[in-house]
Amino acid sequence: MSVITYRQALHDTLRAELARDDNVFLMGEEIGLFEGSYKITAGLLDEFGPRRVRDTPIAEEGFTGAAIGAAMLGLRPVVEIMTINFSLLALDQIVNHAAKIHGMFGGQLAVPMVIRTPGGGGQQLGASHSQNIELYYSFVPGLKVVAPSTPADAKALLLAAIRDDDPVLFLENLALYNTKGEVPADCAPATIGKAHISREGEDLTLIGYSRMAHVARQVAEELADSEGLDIEVVDLRSLRPLDRDTVIASVRKTGAAVVLEDDWLTYGIGAEIAASISDGAFDHLDAPVRRVAMAEVPLPYAKSLETAALPSHDDVVTAVHETLAAVGRRR
Amino acid sequence: MTTTNGSNEAIPTLQLLDPQGNRVTTRGTKGYRDRAAALTAEDLRGMYRDMVLTRRFDDEATSLQRQGELALFAPSRGQEAAQVGSAYALRPQDYVFPSYREHGVLHVRGLDPVDRLRFFRGSDHGGWNPTEHNTSVYTIVIGAHTLHATGYAMGVQRDGTPHDKNDGTAVITYFGDGATSQGDVNEAMVYAAVNDAPVVFFLQNNQWAISEPTTRQTKTPLYKRGEAFGLPSLRVDGNDVLAVYAATQEALERARLGQGPSFIEAFTYRMGAHTTSDDPTRYRTSEQEEQWRRRDPIDRLAALLRSEGALDDDFEAEIKAEGDELGAQLRDGVRALDGGSAVSSMFDDVYATPHGTLATDRAWYEAYDAGDPPASQYAIADSAQGGAR
Ligand SMILES: Cc1ncc(C[n+]2csc(CCOP(=O)(O)OP(=O)(O)O)c2C)c(N)n1
Ligand SMILES: [Mg+2]
Repeated sequence: MSVITYRQALHDTLRAELARDDNVFLMGEEIGLFEGSYKITAGLLDEFGPRRVRDTPIAEEGFTGAAIGAAMLGLRPVVEIMTINFSLLALDQIVNHAAKIHGMFGGQLAVPMVIRTPGGGGQQLGASHSQNIELYYSFVPGLKVVAPSTPADAKALLLAAIRDDDPVLFLENLALYNTKGEVPADCAPATIGKAHISREGEDLTLIGYSRMAHVARQVAEELADSEGLDIEVVDLRSLRPLDRDTVIASVRKTGAAVVLEDDWLTYGIGAEIAASISDGAFDHLDAPVRRVAMAEVPLPYAKSLETAALPSHDDVVTAVHETLAAVGRRR
Repeated sequence: MTTTNGSNEAIPTLQLLDPQGNRVTTRGTKGYRDRAAALTAEDLRGMYRDMVLTRRFDDEATSLQRQGELALFAPSRGQEAAQVGSAYALRPQDYVFPSYREHGVLHVRGLDPVDRLRFFRGSDHGGWNPTEHNTSVYTIVIGAHTLHATGYAMGVQRDGTPHDKNDGTAVITYFGDGATSQGDVNEAMVYAAVNDAPVVFFLQNNQWAISEPTTRQTKTPLYKRGEAFGLPSLRVDGNDVLAVYAATQEALERARLGQGPSFIEAFTYRMGAHTTSDDPTRYRTSEQEEQWRRRDPIDRLAALLRSEGALDDDFEAEIKAEGDELGAQLRDGVRALDGGSAVSSMFDDVYATPHGTLATDRAWYEAYDAGDPPASQYAIADSAQGGAR
C-alpha cells in the first residue's frame, strides 16, 4: 500500500498495462515528447518507444477514428483527448461508430478502446475549455463511462477499462490530479458498473462521482465532526452502466438524498439519479431529493463568477441542512 | 528565396527582403515587388513602428501575467511581420477572423490595447466589439473559426457586395500549422473553393503546435494543402514584411474582385513560448531558436529602413516613448479592469433573448447571494412562473 496522487496512479497503471500487453498502445496530442498536457504519460515514450506511444496531429476526430480501426483489429488503444471539451470534435466517431459497431453488426466486431480525458472547471480556462459533458457519453448505449474520484479507483478502473472489450470513456478531472490516497500494490481491476459506498451513514445519502464524490466525502467528514451527522456517501464510479441498486438501497436506509454533479442541472446526471430514487425508494423518502449542480451558464472566465457558478463545498452543506430540515418536519 | 523541408526539397518561397534587410529582385516576382514599391517611406516607418509596438505589447502582457494580473497570455513574438504585414493589406470594410495570437493584427486594426487583454485577464466575456473594427473575437478551439470566416464570406457574396479591387469586401482568417490538421479547416477550404467565397486563408506556420513540430502535421509543404483544394496558394517568407504585405494584398484583391478564395502560408517562427504556461526548452533546441533569432522580422525591417535613410535615433526614441506610454496604459488599464460584478451578472449574456428559465435561475442566484436561498430552485420557479402566467 502506498500513498500516491491520482496523476501517479494513472501513470503507473498505463505503464504497467503497456508492459503487460503488447496490444495496448497510447495515442494523443502531445503525449509523447511533451509527456501529456497534464503529464500523465511522463517517461512512457522513452520507455516504450514511438510504436507504443504515438504523438498525433492536432485532429481529435482523426485519432479517435483511427483508434476505433485499430481496436477493430484487436489492438487496445488508449487515446488521450487533452480535455473532454475537444472530444466534441470526435463526437461522430465516438457516438456513431465506437458505440455502435458491435451492436449494429451482430456482435461481429468489438471495439476495445479507452478514451482518457479530463473534465472540470475552476481553472479559468474559459467556457469552451471548462465543461463537464460526460453526460453526452453516458446517454449513449454501447459506450461505458467511468469516473473515478480517488487514486485507488483511478487505478482499478483504468485497469478494468483497458481490459474491457467495449469502448470506455474514462473521465479524469483537473482538480483531482494532485489529490492523494492509498493505492494497494496488488490492486485488482474494478468491476465497471459498481458504485462504492465510501462512507456509511444513517442520516442522509450524498451521491456523487469524480470531483463531487471527493467533495461529498469531505462534507460528510466535516459534518460528522462538527454536528455529529451520520452521512452515507455513494461514489457512483461508473455512469454507464449505472449502479441503481446501490443508490436505491442506500436511500431506502437513510430516507434522504442529495445528488451532486459538476455539470448543468437541467437534464443532468442528477436528474437520472433522482428519477431512479423515485422509482426505487419513493416510499422510504422523508424529503424531496435535492440536486446540487452548476449554474446554467457557459462557465464565466472571471474568477469570482467562475467560483460562484461551480457547485461548492458550501453549496453541498446548505443542501444537506435544508434536506435534513425537511426530514425533521416530516418525521 | 527557397526554403527546404526535412527532405531538403527546395520549396519556392516569396521573399522581397533578405534577412540582412536588402531588397531582393528574384525573377518572376515583379508583380509583388511593384506592390511593395508602392509603399512609401512613411508606410514602412509605420509598419516598423507597429511591429515594435506589437512586441512591446507582448512583453508587457507577459510580465503582467507573471505578476498575476492575467490568467494566461499567448505571445506573438517573432510573428510581427506576418501579422502587421498582412493587416496593412486590409481595408476597413474587410473582416478578420483571428485565432488567439494575432495581437499584431488587432493592433493594426485599431483595437484598444486594454480591450485586447480583457479576455486573458478574465475580467468578463469576449473583450471587444467585433463590429467596431470588423475584427471578430478570439477562438481557442483550434480551427473552428475558419468555417465562420467562410460563412461570413459567403454572406458577403450573398449581399451582392460590389466586385472592386478596393471597395469590395474580403474576409481573412488566421490559423496555425497545427490547425491545418483539423477537419474544420479542411472543410472550410472545401466550402470556400466550391462557393468562390471571398476569403483568404492566412496560415502562420510558426513551426510549432505547442510541443509538436510541423513534421507531426504534414508530409507536404503546407501551402500545397490550399493548392489541393483548388485555391491559388503561395508560401511567403513570413519574417519579410514586404513579401507578406504584397502577397496578402494580391489575395485580398482577388477576393474583393469576386475571384474567390486564396491560401497564404507565412513561413515564420514562434520565438516565445506557446503561452505563459509553456516552457519551450523542453522540446526544442537553442540552435533552432538562435537560427531564427538571426531572421528576426523587426531587425530585418530596421536594416532596410536604415539603409534607405528612413530610420534615425529620433524616430527610435519616438517609438520608445510611445512604447512606454503603451506599457503604462496597459499596466494601469489592466489593473483597473475588474470583475467585482454581481454573481447574477453571469446570466446577462447567455441568450440574446431572455426567457423564463433564465430569469428563474437568476432570481435563485440573487436570493442565494443575499443569503436567503429558497428551499429548492423550483420553489422560486413556481412563484416566478406563477407570476408570469
Ligand atoms: C480542438 C482543440 N484541440 C486541442 C487544443 C489545445 N491546443 C491549444 S493551442 C494548440 C496548438 C495549436 O497550434 P497551431 O495551430 O500551430 O497554432 P499556434 O499556437 O502555433 O499559433 C493546441 C493543440 C485546442 N485548443 N483545441
Ligand atoms: Mg503553430
